[in-house]
Amino acid sequence: MSSPPKPIHGKWSIFQKKANSHGNKPISNQVKNGNGGDLQWCFSQVKGVIEEDVTEADIISCVEYNDDGELLATGDKGGRVVIFQRDQEGRQEGVTGRGEYNVYSTFQSHEPEFDYLKSLEVEEKINKIRWLKRANPAHFLLSTNDKTIKLWKVSERNKRPEGYNLKDDAGILRDPSSITSLRVPTFKPMELMVEASPRRVFANAHTYHINSISVNSDQETYLSADDLRINLWHVEITDQSFTVLDQCLDIVDIKPANMEELTEVITAAEFHPTECNVFVYSSSKGSIRLCDMRSQALCDQHAKLFEEPEDPTNKSFFSEIISSISDVKFSHNGRYLITRDYLSVKVWDLHMDSKPIETYQVHEYLRSKLCSLYENDCIFDKFECAWSGNDRNIMTGSYNNFFRMFDRESKRDVTLEACRDNMKPKQVLKPRKVCSGGKRKKDEISVDCLDFNKKILHTAWHPSENIIAVAATNNLYIYQSKD
Amino acid sequence: MSNMSEEQITRTQEETKENVNDQNPQEPAKTKTDLENDEEAKLRAKYPGLKGPGSNAFLQKRLSRGQKYFDSGDYNMAKAKMGGGAASKPVVPTQKLILQTSTGEAIPTPEAIPHKKTHLTKSKLLSPSNLS
Repeated sequence: MSSPPKPIHGKWSIFQKKANSHGNKPISNQVKNGNGGDLQWCFSQVKGVIEEDVTEADIISCVEYNDDGELLATGDKGGRVVIFQRDQEGRQEGVTGRGEYNVYSTFQSHEPEFDYLKSLEVEEKINKIRWLKRANPAHFLLSTNDKTIKLWKVSERNKRPEGYNLKDDAGILRDPSSITSLRVPTFKPMELMVEASPRRVFANAHTYHINSISVNSDQETYLSADDLRINLWHVEITDQSFTVLDQCLDIVDIKPANMEELTEVITAAEFHPTECNVFVYSSSKGSIRLCDMRSQALCDQHAKLFEEPEDPTNKSFFSEIISSISDVKFSHNGRYLITRDYLSVKVWDLHMDSKPIETYQVHEYLRSKLCSLYENDCIFDKFECAWSGNDRNIMTGSYNNFFRMFDRESKRDVTLEACRDNMKPKQVLKPRKVCSGGKRKKDEISVDCLDFNKKILHTAWHPSENIIAVAATNNLYIYQSKD
Repeated sequence: MSNMSEEQITRTQEETKENVNDQNPQEPAKTKTDLENDEEAKLRAKYPGLKGPGSNAFLQKRLSRGQKYFDSGDYNMAKAKMGGGAASKPVVPTQKLILQTSTGEAIPTPEAIPHKKTHLTKSKLLSPSNLS
């Protein structure tokens, strides 16, 4: 047996498999560490190159599966979108039998801009990509940078007409006198060509930086959210959007003197997966508001406020910063929400707004490093979170290219690392462990040795299967569960 | 790993006690707030002028991201200092680096401002993987 497990201070259970090495304080709903529950992950693919100095444009800024998981889109800081498609034919031949993802299409979605009127530099970085459900042979996705949202159509061409009467296959005109019979031109297969074209550009509706877009279940409308406003758009109409939320503030302009009065901003927003009138948005103060568009046009009054009560005497300089929610996601069944703040992931039941029903610690060992994390700005990193297709598991990223998986049913969790060390097919990823103090065991890594430049901010879970995509700076890792 | 014999359990429990003793038997477990307050103390020690709470600075930074500042008076003065008008010698590499990386904080010059990319490169995610 390996070295004895490190105890959780104050708690010891003989049923404990491996002790939780982070966090001394017993926390409600604390997840016992273990082998990650029933899911075990194997390396499938990695996209991207290894570079000593990472080119900034290559840094992946979003990852998103489409509705059926056949397509996987990535956006990067250079404003480019790359779409991968699951291998159609070689399904059985793939390493884990599930098919691999290969490049399907790529295009330049956004370009850098300079707003001369406001002296504002607009980055081309793609903040979010959201797919529309497929209604015809073409695929549609929305991509956004800080200011402008674009609707892209991705279509295939795999046939071309051949057998014309007046010209030959090379396009050269035939001598009419040599034509003795008529033929009907037919479509012949050709090498697949995938074309992406911008169909709509939704601009000039956001004063601040867009942090979220979310397609409504009606597939006709979508919302876009910036720090202080949420707009509702119709996919067909670009010159009109309806502001469904406008945070009323004392501040009208962005003069630095007045900024100190600002207390709360919108950090993320999402439509309910099935109720087309319901959306939620999260704030920098750690609260979530659920709004119903049926009740009023301007949803300043929320229908529900989800907030965990906090003891005001327990507030520190960092309290509010680390409670800021960086991502909010509805469960597939629409009954729950997960929110990601700096140190944890919380599950909320839509029927209970007083507190989360589950809290999972992502990297509690960082609480005693907040000073340094504030100094190097890491405390402001915005991590995303994701549900598994069956809503049983939750995934989120951390530092040192680690990512965390939580099994809500077994209450087990695991830390895995996205790296090129374990790339043998069918080899299960080895769980990683961070040691926060005291004796460091073999294979454990000390908190002080973590690489805070290797952040996993963006991850995505296939909508129905156990395939995950993990963006590690400029590389995209795809893992599949071992069957 | 998953099931331990009674012997192993006893052994690990004893070691547990030892570990606890190593740390500090008298000191109670630090609460989350304690840890945060310790970190706050560290920060305030380093930056005595720090105004709290930290969220205000965070929001200010967030809203003003992307803002660039330019003063034509300063710009012309700086240009004059650098050796005179359009015929001025090229900016020394170190100076250029400083200007490029801190537009908004230092006086920009036409040579130092990054121009719109004319040819856009392909994503490296397209590179063929060297493994299956």
